[in-house]
Amino acid sequence: MSANAKRVVLDPLIDNNPITLQILGICSALAVTTTLSASLIMCLALTSVIALSNASISMIRDRIPSSIRIIVQMTIIASLVIVVDQILKAYAYETSKTLSVFVGLIITNCIVLGRAEAFAMKNPVGISFLDGVGNGLGYSIVLITVAVFRELFGSGTLLGYTILPLVNDGGWYEPNGLMLLPPSAFFIIGLMIWLIRTYQPKQVEKREYQVHRIHRTETY
Amino acid sequence: MEETISLLIKSIFVENLALSFFLGMCTFLAVSKKIETALGLGAAVIVVQAITVPANNLIYQFVLQDGALAWMGLPEVDLSFLGLISYIGVIAAMVQILEMTLDRYFPALYNALGVFLPLITVNCAILGGSLFMVERDYNFSESVTYGIGSGIGWALAITALAGIREKLKYSDVPDGLQGLGITFITVGLMSMGFMAFSGIQL
Repeated sequence: MSANAKRVVLDPLIDNNPITLQILGICSALAVTTTLSASLIMCLALTSVIALSNASISMIRDRIPSSIRIIVQMTIIASLVIVVDQILKAYAYETSKTLSVFVGLIITNCIVLGRAEAFAMKNPVGISFLDGVGNGLGYSIVLITVAVFRELFGSGTLLGYTILPLVNDGGWYEPNGLMLLPPSAFFIIGLMIWLIRTYQPKQVEKREYQVHRIHRTETY
Repeated sequence: MEETISLLIKSIFVENLALSFFLGMCTFLAVSKKIETALGLGAAVIVVQAITVPANNLIYQFVLQDGALAWMGLPEVDLSFLGLISYIGVIAAMVQILEMTLDRYFPALYNALGVFLPLITVNCAILGGSLFMVERDYNFSESVTYGIGSGIGWALAITALAGIREKLKYSDVPDGLQGLGITFITVGLMSMGFMAFSGIQL
């Protein structure tokens, strides 16, 4: 694998993560993270859609008239999502019920359209496919981390297996109900962003408004 | 009448699209720095949502639903798998038509909404509204109410967040949390506030 291909796959994982840095694709990300198994399926669905849509859009990139490119891209993405949705309904019916509308919402996930527009329209097929895989994995890392925290502390289980025995079942762990509710996902992602940016200070955003600090040697 | 009002209240507060279903988050976080722009975008979302949810409802009832093509003499055809692609097509077309109509007849409103109109096509709140409408089997009049209500709920949430962020920029936030991080935490607290509505039984 060439250095360029490696960079395309690894860059979106932390350095240029689509969720924590580019604020893309948060929409469908948060609601499915109450259980780890649902988020794994969601990650798989999104990664395959984004890789295939990048590859197919890149294949026809020289033939798309630029005035109607958005609608062409939307049609390709929507068709791929329909295929994923039908496969889930056929082979994982229970999970597709828990994911409800969020599989359909992959269509409007900004990561998919954003990568199609920013990368696949300008690059050859192979590298576009890898870019899709990389961004899909970047999304998956965030989703899986959030899901592990929420499922472990919210219901004491991981993938349905008991890790922390609950008080109700004679164990010692009092489950944190907040973890199963929507706000906790926001807090966890906010704290993750804080962690990543402490580790990589160049991602820190500039203040819009800075209070002037007066040094003790200065006078008013 | 009573049911209509309770559905309206429920879709604005209890099942707020932004704060309890996380829909339209990308634009929600990106375009909430100023109250005026947030209000403009909110108004655009209400209009588009009020048009597309009922339009998709008609398409679902008379074309896509299992056995819906009976009026054409094809009672065994089930086109529901084409749902996603038709809804997004309707939304894209509606946004385009709305843009042209506003440009022709209401130039002031068109200029005020500016770049936000085309952005709405990829706003998950719009597609999410249509998908929830299908999942919950709303009839036509319910879908009108739901469209308007969910649009207002989203607009309310983004305007409130913009108000908080305008004040928040004067506060001393730790470097790593600056910008996106603190916005997430603020939205989390707002969403907790909106959870107070969830106890209301209508």
